[in-house]
Amino acid sequence: MSVDVLDLNARVRLSDFELVIDESLELSGVTAVFGPSGSGKSTLLRTIAGFEQPQTGSISCAGEVWFDSAGGINVPPHRRSVGYMFQDARLFSHLDVDGNLKFAQKRRGSIDNLTVEHVVDVLDLGALLERSVDALSGGERQRVALGRTLLTVPRLLLLDEPLSALDQARKEDILPYLENLPREFNIPTLYVSHDIDEVAHLADRMVVLANGSVKAQGQTAAILERFDLEPYTGRFEAGVLVEGEVTSHDDRLHLTRVDLHGATLTIPMAADAPVGERVRLRIRARDVAIATRPPQGLSIRNVLPGTLLKIVIEPENGTAQTIIDVGGPRIRARLTLAAVEDLNLREGLPVYALIKSISLDSLGNS
Amino acid sequence: MIDLTPLWLTLHLAFVTTVILLGLGTPIAWWLARTRSPLKVPIEALTALPLVLPPTVLGFYLLILMSPSSTLGSFWVSITGEALTFSFSGLVVASVIYSLPFMVQPLARAFESVGHEPLEAAASLRASPLDTFFSVVVPLCSRGFLSAIVLTFVHTIGEFGVVLMVGGNIPGQTKVISIAIYEHVETLRYDDAHLLSLGLVLFAFVALLITYGFNRRSNGPNRGASRHVG
Repeated sequence: MSVDVLDLNARVRLSDFELVIDESLELSGVTAVFGPSGSGKSTLLRTIAGFEQPQTGSISCAGEVWFDSAGGINVPPHRRSVGYMFQDARLFSHLDVDGNLKFAQKRRGSIDNLTVEHVVDVLDLGALLERSVDALSGGERQRVALGRTLLTVPRLLLLDEPLSALDQARKEDILPYLENLPREFNIPTLYVSHDIDEVAHLADRMVVLANGSVKAQGQTAAILERFDLEPYTGRFEAGVLVEGEVTSHDDRLHLTRVDLHGATLTIPMAADAPVGERVRLRIRARDVAIATRPPQGLSIRNVLPGTLLKIVIEPENGTAQTIIDVGGPRIRARLTLAAVEDLNLREGLPVYALIKSISLDSLGNS
Repeated sequence: MIDLTPLWLTLHLAFVTTVILLGLGTPIAWWLARTRSPLKVPIEALTALPLVLPPTVLGFYLLILMSPSSTLGSFWVSITGEALTFSFSGLVVASVIYSLPFMVQPLARAFESVGHEPLEAAASLRASPLDTFFSVVVPLCSRGFLSAIVLTFVHTIGEFGVVLMVGGNIPGQTKVISIAIYEHVETLRYDDAHLLSLGLVLFAFVALLITYGFNRRSNGPNRGASRHVG
């Protein structure tokens, strides 16, 4: 089955900023649009939705031309099958929650059996329906906005930093709903974020934007592995995502074992991931140490033998970034320059990766 | 017994004028609130002109423009068989121009305060621009519409100079309340002048009271075009 694509080839000039993009994005799963503030993330989404008009270029979605400067085509926003969820929710204050949801449902073009009841159920909006939108908390507003957007049954869902206006506690209220989206609704999604943790958590693929142009795009795990993108992805948070399968739970030791194509990792008990479930683990470079001999008498439980694949020295701050192949997945370690010299580390050397901590990122929906 | 014909005539004129201006002023106000055209400022100034011009100046030009010897005037005569000057139709035309800013300005301000956010939200939910206007903008601007309608209506009731210039003083046709009051005073019938004047004062006061009261009530801190972020 061939996957539809979103073809973007556009130059968008705003008063003090220019976005230049020439990419084809797969219309499946969740694609993060990642970059710092002012990198053009929102402009990109607004251009796709038709709120900004490129000076030149073309945009087509699954073969349907939305914009073409040469052909003089510019499909107005309300005729593009995109759902746009704004950072600031933008609920209609003259309607209650139910009215906002029905506004969307009434206007959707396609015959679709997605009901208000189903969306209300999935997003837990039942108790809010009769409320005025002014009486909602920030997190509730975003949930209603998400439900309203879903009810238009878009071909493509655009989420513009839906969590950025919320504090940490509220973010955690909303995240499970966002995680559930691909499973519940299966609508291809572009997710704008400047938070690499969110991206690692939610996205299958990512596009890295900086200064109005695309620096890279690809599988999230592959992008997070690349050193050369650190100026954009943020070095402190650098790490890798690995996927594995839950093989067993140990109730007594309160552990869950995850198989990573040969290597086994243990993580703190993740009881909600049944045996056989695919999970995504995040291992940060700063949580990994290297030993050249099998370590003994160690409290660290996750020690994986492997081969040192790559070392990149960063003389300006006395550190080295390394990649270790542990027989399938690759793991990054951040070491000091002194350690690299003392241990005489070089590429191709057999080593042991000592992983101090692992976080379980998302329950496998890929 | 005082003749109430001027009262009904005045209400009739104000009603017709307000309805016409609602249709005419709304698109003008919308255009003014949204356009980035360089024509915006001149058009804005033009629509505000009736606010500052002496009614006699406006009335004088309208009289010339509408007289049966002018292009517009003779055209009107040829399709209706009646002159625009010194007729009810002429009064309606004059009132529409005279009261235009009272409809356009409150509406333009209300439209501006809506901002582009709800419009984009509506477009992303598949609402066409016209659909968005009626299902989002109008309800969000209900106070603006109320202000514009009341101000236009009351202002039309109170006009005098333009009416005198264009309409004269024909009972049942162009003799509105303000003209009737003037005539009562001229003929020293102060009792009748009092009655009509006091009636107008009370009417205007009550109309403004209702408008301001409504605005105040729905103007709580949580009201508006829903642009909170938190």
